[in-house]
Amino acid sequence: MTPSTTFQRPSHIARLGTVFVDIIVRPSGAIGLTLVIAHLVLALIAPFVVPYDFTEMNATLVMAPPSSLHWLGTDHLGRDTLTRTLMGGREAILVTGIATPLAVMWGGLVGIFFGLAGGKLDEVLMRIVDAFLSLPWILKMLVLIVTFGTGIEVLIPTLAFFYGIPVIRIARAATHDVVARDFVQAARARGHSKMTIIRQELLPNVRDALLVEGAMRWSWMLLAFSSLSFLGFGVSPPTPDWGLMIADARGFMSFSPLGVLAPMVGLSSLIIGINLTADALAKALGIDRAQKAPV
Amino acid sequence: MTHSTMPTGSVISVDNLSIGFRGKAGHMLPVLRNISLDVHQGESIGLVGESGSGKSTLALAMMGYLKTGLRVLNGDVSFEGQKMFSQRRAALESIRGGRLALIPQNSGQSLTPTLRIGAQIQEALKLHSAQPSETFGARVIELLSQVRLPDPASIVERFPHELSGGQQQRVAIAMALAGEPEALLLDEPTTGLDVTTQAHILELLRDLARDMGMAMVYVSHDLGAIARVCDRVAVMYAGEVALEGSVRQVLRDPSHPYARGLLASIPKLSDICLPRALDGRPPAPGGAGQGCAFVSRCAIASDVCSTSRPDLALQPSGARSRCHHVDKVHEIPLSGDREVGKRALSDETSLSLKDLAISYARPSLWGKSVGREDTSVPTVEGINVALRRGETLGLVGESGSGKSTILKTIAGLLPPLSGEVTAHGGAPLPSKVEKRASTELRQIQMIFQNPDESLNPRQTIGQILAQPLILYFGLSGQALTEKTILLLDQVRLGGHYIDRLPSQLSGGEKQRVAVARAFAAEPDLVLCDEITSALDVSVQAAMLELLDDLRRQKNTSYVFVSHDLAVVRALSDRVAVLYQGRLCEIGPTHAVYGAKSHPYTEVLLGAVLEPDPDFTPELSASDVVELAPPAMGCPFQRRCPKRIGSICDTVAPPLREPDYGHKIWCHIEEI
Repeated sequence: MTPSTTFQRPSHIARLGTVFVDIIVRPSGAIGLTLVIAHLVLALIAPFVVPYDFTEMNATLVMAPPSSLHWLGTDHLGRDTLTRTLMGGREAILVTGIATPLAVMWGGLVGIFFGLAGGKLDEVLMRIVDAFLSLPWILKMLVLIVTFGTGIEVLIPTLAFFYGIPVIRIARAATHDVVARDFVQAARARGHSKMTIIRQELLPNVRDALLVEGAMRWSWMLLAFSSLSFLGFGVSPPTPDWGLMIADARGFMSFSPLGVLAPMVGLSSLIIGINLTADALAKALGIDRAQKAPV
Repeated sequence: MTHSTMPTGSVISVDNLSIGFRGKAGHMLPVLRNISLDVHQGESIGLVGESGSGKSTLALAMMGYLKTGLRVLNGDVSFEGQKMFSQRRAALESIRGGRLALIPQNSGQSLTPTLRIGAQIQEALKLHSAQPSETFGARVIELLSQVRLPDPASIVERFPHELSGGQQQRVAIAMALAGEPEALLLDEPTTGLDVTTQAHILELLRDLARDMGMAMVYVSHDLGAIARVCDRVAVMYAGEVALEGSVRQVLRDPSHPYARGLLASIPKLSDICLPRALDGRPPAPGGAGQGCAFVSRCAIASDVCSTSRPDLALQPSGARSRCHHVDKVHEIPLSGDREVGKRALSDETSLSLKDLAISYARPSLWGKSVGREDTSVPTVEGINVALRRGETLGLVGESGSGKSTILKTIAGLLPPLSGEVTAHGGAPLPSKVEKRASTELRQIQMIFQNPDESLNPRQTIGQILAQPLILYFGLSGQALTEKTILLLDQVRLGGHYIDRLPSQLSGGEKQRVAVARAFAAEPDLVLCDEITSALDVSVQAAMLELLDDLRRQKNTSYVFVSHDLAVVRALSDRVAVLYQGRLCEIGPTHAVYGAKSHPYTEVLLGAVLEPDPDFTPELSASDVVELAPPAMGCPFQRRCPKRIGSICDTVAPPLREPDYGHKIWCHIEEI
């Protein structure tokens, strides 16, 4: 067998390309990705396209119904609901967009390390993780936020910390699958260091599971962030935020429903978009999310 | 046996059947091409070929079943005159499992784990038996004794996991027999079973076919098994029948180059030479071109072979062969001619194992703290072996005999309970791999059974081979690339493989990469753990040649573990026979395979099948699988056909040395 053609390994970019194509050919992926990208683009350009300043109040037009001037009406302080809805995702996307990669990174590394170490240490630490997961998340977060105060510099590490814990489970389970395989045994028998084994043998095989998990965690985190805002522990007024807007407008829901509906549509469309994309990503990467997600 | 019963009518008739799937480019790619085959009543026909030859697809098509994505391109299959592919679903279901039964490869997985054996067989009876349901209980017992399971009344109450692999296979056969089928399809029914178990199952199938007058279609890659149970054989290649004839015509003097190559690539106990490798690989579906599918691998191919596809033509002998040059096939020899050369072995010790004992049981903290003694019997015990530089030691035994366990301990992956592993006569090696020095690690390399598992799917071949080169020699840049290409050349792959991923390679190519990775470390000792058992026979022969070449060039020692006694014989200088983690016999290959040997070695050798229709295996011991070694006495006491008395149960057998260097542990004085 003499080679007639040279063979080129598909580059990382080419692999990303095929994964991307694999995502958008699925209905869930096409819809989900469109929603997510639309939200990201809107968040970027919103300050330049919105018709009003989000702080601009109009005492004569409080809780006005939709009109040609205010397409979605105004809120209880006479601020434009459309403007505030369009601007309302920026803070949430920024905070969770930073916290999600952090959560996946620390949770992933700890999980891979436990998975590789195995044995008693692994057992003990996983029980601690279980204990953490059994507490209601909102309580855990409120404790930290009440102690350290609100604001991005507290919210990001808090979210990253708590949402990294379920990632530990996923990373550990995926690592367990890989560690049992002979190529890891072969690397051990050659005498490679633990760090080399993690970097060369484990990470490339666990990465896909972590990607999908990260996408899922993002949507959970968005929901958590909005819930915190709703409770008054997230974004401080007058910054517009969906959670906060829902909290403010819910008292007047019966005669001004758009005040609640508009931010709700904004939040749910983003979360649904992320979920659909994560599903399509999992299928494109060949990971069955239904089997791997414990929480 | 060939002409014992003249066929009366055909039970299954395959008529010009082609099956294919739609490829990425949109064309239909054929998996089976123009198959015509009749299976007559009371006849057993074997389908053989390499993996991917379409033999299993054909067997399933005989049930009217296609795997997802496959569809019939033309032709049909009829069962007792009924066309299977134009049947309605309900009609098919009444035939399948009842009048036409399938026995799958891994029956352990085809039994429901939560259902008792009796209930499973009753289920089959409910579906396919016309008898009143009150008789089912008795019928289950009858079926179980028919497949020669000892004590059927107690088997009925057991769950599948409580049975051994061989017993599970017997239950699967009993279930298939429940519907009193007219034809039985068997898809590799003994693959994955131990040699002794396989031999017993084959004898059972042979007798059942004869007693019940069923037609049998036996799919296997193992010509030895085919020779034992079949009357007729169809050799499949690239989705075609290449040769079809009586078992004698096909196995004694096949009139097709592929069948001859396949036969020559099988290692035989009687052969001193290495089996002959069949180079190249079969064409992918749709890649056969317009000529003969075998043309690229054929030694006698001429121009006409690449331009016109030969017909399956009737030969004077009565066989049908798809070859343009039937007159010339006899130029292709039926056995290898490459002798395993005598190598000058130095007296330098490469490896020595002293009193090695290994246990998987870990003493619990609680047990230790209350001072409880560990009473479990170690998995492996009393292993004393020394290996000289350049020597090859074969380790044989059934599954569970501790062969792989010993390799893991040598490699440092499994610390022993007691005993020492020493290399080069120096100080004992640290038992844990993490504590070993870099040179100690480099000198011992291991190759694993399944290359799909031992190569990281996310790394290119270049990255895989670079790991030992960087770790042990600190190579980088141009030197690293050059050395990687050199390694690929050494295992006859070529430098263009460097950028490929393992999934783009065939099984044989992947295992070559694994061999190259082991030799990248320039080791003194290579541990080979069943490294050919996941490969096709033709590929296995090439792998054995490669290993022989490499040990000549580099003076490397091998510890070669295999359950296949013929493969071990082909390569080893010395052989150690293990039973339940204890040595039974060790000595030069010719002595162990010779006249004087341990009763267990005799049992193993007697069960080896040869691809010869006149060969009868000698089955002396039962095929009961033991799960743990006995606490005292001889490890083989419970199954030994030559047991001399209670001394075997109580006293550890003494060492006898019938010849210099040939050691046997047995109570029998005159071995």
